[in-house]
Amino acid sequence: MTTDVNAPHVLEVEDLRTVFHTPRGDVHAVDGVSFSLAAGETLGLVGESGSGKSVLGRTVMGLVASGPRTTVTGRVRIGGRDVHALKPAERRRLWGPEVAMVFQDPMTSLNPVKRVGTHLTETLRRHLGCSRTEATERAVDLLRQVGIPEPARRMGQYPHELSGGMRQRVVIAIALACDPRLLIADEPTTALDVTVQKQILDLLASLVAERTMAMVLVSHDLGAVAGRTDRVQVMYAGRTVESGPTRPVFDVPAHPYTDALLASIPRLDNPPHTLLRTIEGNPPDMARPPAGCRFGPRCAFVTDQCREAQPEAAVVPGGRAVACHHPLSRSILEGAGDGR
Amino acid sequence: MAGSGTAHLRPDQERALVVDDLVVQFPVTGGTVHAVSGLSLDLLPGETLGILGESGCGKSSAGRAVMQLPPPTSGEVRLGTVELTGIKARDMRRKRARMQLVLQDPVSALNPRRRVKDLVVEGLEIWGWGDRDRDSFVDELLSSVGLDPETVRDKRPHELSGGQCQRVCIARSIALDPDVLICDEPVSSLDVSVQAQILNLLEQARERLRLAMIFIAHDVAVVKNISDRVLVMYLGKTCEVLPSASLEGALHPYTRLLLASVPEASDELPAATGAPARAVELPSPLDPPSGCRFRTRCPLATDRCASEEPVLREVRPAQYVACHHVDESTEEV
Repeated sequence: MTTDVNAPHVLEVEDLRTVFHTPRGDVHAVDGVSFSLAAGETLGLVGESGSGKSVLGRTVMGLVASGPRTTVTGRVRIGGRDVHALKPAERRRLWGPEVAMVFQDPMTSLNPVKRVGTHLTETLRRHLGCSRTEATERAVDLLRQVGIPEPARRMGQYPHELSGGMRQRVVIAIALACDPRLLIADEPTTALDVTVQKQILDLLASLVAERTMAMVLVSHDLGAVAGRTDRVQVMYAGRTVESGPTRPVFDVPAHPYTDALLASIPRLDNPPHTLLRTIEGNPPDMARPPAGCRFGPRCAFVTDQCREAQPEAAVVPGGRAVACHHPLSRSILEGAGDGR
Repeated sequence: MAGSGTAHLRPDQERALVVDDLVVQFPVTGGTVHAVSGLSLDLLPGETLGILGESGCGKSSAGRAVMQLPPPTSGEVRLGTVELTGIKARDMRRKRARMQLVLQDPVSALNPRRRVKDLVVEGLEIWGWGDRDRDSFVDELLSSVGLDPETVRDKRPHELSGGQCQRVCIARSIALDPDVLICDEPVSSLDVSVQAQILNLLEQARERLRLAMIFIAHDVAVVKNISDRVLVMYLGKTCEVLPSASLEGALHPYTRLLLASVPEASDELPAATGAPARAVELPSPLDPPSGCRFRTRCPLATDRCASEEPVLREVRPAQYVACHHVDESTEEV
């Protein structure tokens, strides 16, 4: 759980900004995010829809890059190389052995007219230069590792013949084919049923541990992130509002948004007909974000200072950081206690 | 479940809705989909029944069949004292106004070309305004679901957020002052902060209007928070019916599997030990297993489960379980 400061980071993100130029104006989808990740570490990126967590995941991967309608600034280093300074062909060589991604919807991330086996052998032959037979053997082995029964038979099936959970396992197997050092999982279980969701999250956790991979788990489900990540980064309107070791952040949140978000989740131990705490209002229109703190208009503790100045991330004890002018002081003190 | 049975019904009380032995089947190429196989339930006025289950368990088909959209293959649905199956289409339209449906995707549930002020009173346009004043009623209705009439009255659905659209849908469904509200996954397409707003709104509307509500969802914690009673479905059948306050004391192996799968943000990591049921795939509803439908995934399954279908029986006060291997002495955890 604790990060060794001397361990080389698999991923370093510095002041990353992704701007989409749309007819309605510039959308600052990711607005100055920094973090780093060491081998074997899992980072949870949480936030509601529109918070920029998926765009962040894709920008880190290099799938979103500067172009006519997009500007990416800042740095993403994967294994020491700056993803956004690479030529497209060089970037493609990074995908697979260095970084791989698992997407939300396992139906649309597989090619419906290709067999499961082809998806895997294609990747293996292209990136690792395996022969046909070697690729087939490795593919069967990968399917077995992700818990697919009768892997040899599954190789010949098409994606539509598999259930959602099985398809997501195939997608994970493809991502793992070149033994990446970093895995980005963007809402990997959102499209799945609860019982299957748990299986997939457990599978990802055990694969990360086995291979000492680094993983970024992007999710709107705080429960999914809570038990399976070392650190968490809470996003709101393109910025990081709070980050730190998962347990302390969720136990004693320091940012009013984290606190309100956690309180609005229905809990199993609530008695029936409990009224939930809500966050009034809606997330901001990202083409016209509010001045000052972006959570200001929905925050219970908002002051004039919040309306004028954007709060910078302040480091608080226990390896945590919070971007708020008025962090919940009680929790900071308790957080400090946890840190020791 | 995988069983049927009617032990959990309460014929001695006044009931807003009674569903008896509901069967929904869909013919498809190569067979019949058994979506709902003998579901029985009843609903007291002002009560909320949560129907819990995974995708494909038939919970949405059941909700629609109660609305007669489309009518079930067989079984009875009684609204108040009126039997709905087999009544004339004209009478059905009248009765259906007493039941309302709130759907999962609020944006596609609304006509994109109409304005909010027309959408919310479409029912009244059909059934008559009585002595209501149109403009003030629209405003009152919008305020009652937490929308600012000034801002939203003249907007169209695409100008609103998902949460706002769901509020419009709820306003629409309570405009005719129904007896029964059926909510089919009303919050599953919404963000957590908005989900809490909508759940609170439904809770307040139910209390104010004394609505009987069927709340269909796959999220255990959501169902627990809003319901009085919870009915757990698996592959078209009922596994367990119990008061939601005692949901954590559920006994059916499937309910226990659902509970064990819930990731909680604020508790310790649920122990990775003892997933109480085997994590295999859901069998096909085209060819459901014989006997107890849950037996292919059940850790307690025996030969008896394959040959004999368990029937709901009261294992503890107000807790009904359809399982051969569960009794009052069964350990909860």
